[in-house]
Amino acid sequence: MIIDILSWILLTAGGALGIVGGIGIHSFHDFYSRLHAAGITDTLCAMLILSGLGLQAGWSIAAFKLALIFVFLFFTSPTASHALANAALHSGLKPRLSREDPAEQNHHD
Amino acid sequence: MKSFSFVVLLFLFWLFLSGHLEPLLLGLGVASVALTVFLSWRMNIIDHESYPLHLSLKFPGYFLYLFREIVKANIDVARRVLRWRGASVSPQMIEIPLLQESDLGAVIYANSITLTPGTVTISLSKDSLTVHALSKEAASELATNAMSKEISNRVFNQ
Repeated sequence: MIIDILSWILLTAGGALGIVGGIGIHSFHDFYSRLHAAGITDTLCAMLILSGLGLQAGWSIAAFKLALIFVFLFFTSPTASHALANAALHSGLKPRLSREDPAEQNHHD
Repeated sequence: MKSFSFVVLLFLFWLFLSGHLEPLLLGLGVASVALTVFLSWRMNIIDHESYPLHLSLKFPGYFLYLFREIVKANIDVARRVLRWRGASVSPQMIEIPLLQESDLGAVIYANSITLTPGTVTISLSKDSLTVHALSKEAASELATNAMSKEISNRVFNQ
């Protein structure tokens, strides 16, 4: 019972973070910023959902497999993000950066 | 020693993934482990970098630190996405020095930066990293090199 409640809290929090990440991907203005929003779904959202599912699975082989998925995500998601960002930079996509001085911004634009 | 632990780990991996103890499946497991070890021996890819066994005891402490950073960064980025209490984004591109001596350290550092939301390593050269950060705060925290120092301390004992 307590485990059920705990796992539902984890699953709901994970789902909510997934939605926040999705909102971020749509509302940010350039490619590189969107990568950061996608980072939320890659990390904490996935962790919460996997640990919620792990609590449901209990001490079993399924829980071990969930832990493995977690480990693989931990190594592959930053690699994928880096590959995307690096490819974007090399193909000449300039990030939209915020500037300190608005006067300078007008000058450059 | 290294190939022995490799065999044991691979076989345990097989065992936990299959969950069956019938002789046929165990035999198939032994065959796949033998094939994998043979192929990686022929390709000569089992070395300190691809199989950092000597560091495996030190990783849990670092993961604990990294996990805390990830949670903090997630909350920060989520606030900025939702514009919570006027939090906003101000994308920055900064170059930070790479203080790691080994290639493995550089990869751990670059991966950790990308893993924490709000900062993505865009490119990696011999002595510096180019990082895209979502906010000025995230950029200035990176500029302190705190994470690089944690890696040196916790993983490489320097």
